[in-house]
Amino acid sequence: MTVNDRAIYMDNSATTPLRKEVVEEMLPFMTGNFGNPSSIYEIGKISKHSIDEARRKVAYALGAEENEIYFTSGGTESDNWAIKGIAFANRNKGKHIITSSIEHHAVLHTCAWLEGQGFEVTYLPVDKYGMVSPEEVRKAIRDDTILISIMLANNEIGTIQPVEEIGKIAKENRIYFHTDAVQAIGHVPIDVKKMNIDLLSLSGHKFEGPKGCGALYVRKGVKIEPLLHGGAQEGRRRAGTENVPGIVGLGKAIELATAEIGELNRTLLELRERLIKGLLRIPKTHLNGHPKQRLANNVNITLEYIEGESLLLLLNAKGIFASTGSACNSTSLEPSHVLTACGVPHEIIHGSLRLSLGRMNSEKDVDRVLEVVPEIVQKLRNMSPLTPEEYRTT
Amino acid sequence: MEYSPKVMDHFSNPRNLGSIKNSDGVGEVGNAKCGDIMKIYLKVEDNRIADVKFQTFGCGAAIASSSMATELIKGKTLEEAWKLSNKAVTEALDGLPPIKMHCSMLAEEAIHEAINDYLRRKGLEPWTEDE
Repeated sequence: MTVNDRAIYMDNSATTPLRKEVVEEMLPFMTGNFGNPSSIYEIGKISKHSIDEARRKVAYALGAEENEIYFTSGGTESDNWAIKGIAFANRNKGKHIITSSIEHHAVLHTCAWLEGQGFEVTYLPVDKYGMVSPEEVRKAIRDDTILISIMLANNEIGTIQPVEEIGKIAKENRIYFHTDAVQAIGHVPIDVKKMNIDLLSLSGHKFEGPKGCGALYVRKGVKIEPLLHGGAQEGRRRAGTENVPGIVGLGKAIELATAEIGELNRTLLELRERLIKGLLRIPKTHLNGHPKQRLANNVNITLEYIEGESLLLLLNAKGIFASTGSACNSTSLEPSHVLTACGVPHEIIHGSLRLSLGRMNSEKDVDRVLEVVPEIVQKLRNMSPLTPEEYRTT
Repeated sequence: MEYSPKVMDHFSNPRNLGSIKNSDGVGEVGNAKCGDIMKIYLKVEDNRIADVKFQTFGCGAAIASSSMATELIKGKTLEEAWKLSNKAVTEALDGLPPIKMHCSMLAEEAIHEAINDYLRRKGLEPWTEDE
C-alpha cells in the first residue's frame, strides 16, 4: 500500500517521504555518475565534488566548518560513534558519562553496552514534561565525567531540551557535549558554536532526505576514536565507500529544510495547536510532553481506558497512519521508556497516540483526524472493561 | 506486526461484545499495567453456555482472541468450554504473531475464571487447570 490521495500520513517523526528536488539530485549518482569518490578519473571526481558540496550544505545548516562534518549510515551510527568514540578515546581521563532517561535507544543501549565495558553512566530523570534540568546536569558532573549526551528534541513527545544551557555547563567543566538532533533538523534552528555543541547526530530521512544516510558533526580538536575501521574515507575517521546518492540527497534535503524552517514551523504550529485543542476535547485525554517547548510537528496524547495498537489498527483502516508508545505495539512488549520517565502511570501508558505532522499535511487532514479519532476512541472504550459507565455510549 | 485476515475480521467486527446484566459467571484476567484485560460473562442453562459476552482492553490480537474464544464456547457444555485451549483459539484465527500468543492464553484463562466463578456461586468446588 502506498500513501494515496485519501490516506493521511501523520507519522513524520518515524520517517518522511523524499522531496522531488532531493530525488532529482540523487538520480544521476545511481546511474551515469556512479564513480567511487576515491577514484581519480572523471566520474570519481564528480562523486568526490558532490559529496564535498553536500558537506558544505550540512556544515552551513549547523553553523559548522566543512571539515567538521562526517557522513554516516544514519542516526544510529552517528549516536554509536559519538558515544563509543569519545568513551574509548578519553578513557584515560575518566569513565563517567551523563545522559538522560528519555534518549533514543541508539544512545541508551550504547551507554548500557559501555557500562559492560567498565564505563559508568548517569541517566538523568526528566520532569513531567520530559524536560532535563540543566541544574541536574551540573550536579551529576564528576571529576571523571568525559561526556554529556542530551538530545535536542525528543522523538516521542517532541520536548525541546535546554541544549544551549547544557552546552554552556559542559564547556565550563571542559566535558564533551553530544546532542542527538535527529528529530530537530528542519524544526529547530541550530548553531553548534553558539550552543557549545561538540558532537551532533543527524539522519537524512527525518527531513525528507534518503534513508541510510546521516552525519555526525565533530568539533575540530575533539578527541574521538573511529567506529568503523578500514579505508581512508571521511578524513580517515569513518571508513567505507561513501553512499554518494544518499549523501547528495541528504545535502539537498538539509539545505531545503533549514531554508524553510520558519515558514514550515508557522504552518505546522497552527496545525499542531488545532489538533491538540480538538483531541483534548475527548474526555479523559491528556497531552504528553511540554505544551510550548515542543517540536512544531509533534502531538502526543494519552487516551484512558484504551490500548494504542488497537487504536492504530482502526486508524489504519480509515487511512490514517500514526504511532503509539504502547507495549503491545513493540517487539519488546515494553511500554514507552519516555512516557514512563515522564511519570505517565502504567495503567494508562498503553493508550498513547503520537501524530507527527509534515509538509504534506493540511488543515483538511487535521479536521479529518479530529472527526475519526473520537469515533474510534469511543468504539474502543465501549469494548473496554475499564471504561466507567459515564464514558460509554452502548 | 502482521495479522491474518481472520484476526482483522474478529478485531474489526467483534462477536459477542458487551456484558450480561444477570450473568451466572464472570471471569476477569490480565491487568492494565501489561496492557491486556479480558472480562468474560457467562449465562449458563442446563450446564450449557446459553450466552457469552466479553469486554477487552488490549491490542488487536487480544480483542480478536476474545471474540473467537466466545464464538467457540457458545452453546457448549461447561466441560467442553473448559477444554478450549489457547491453541484452538489461535488455530481458529489462522495463527497469531509469536509475540502475541499470550493474548490467546488470556482468553483461555478468562473462560476458566468465568466457569469457576459460576461453580463457586453454585456452591460447587472450582475446577483446577489439570481437569
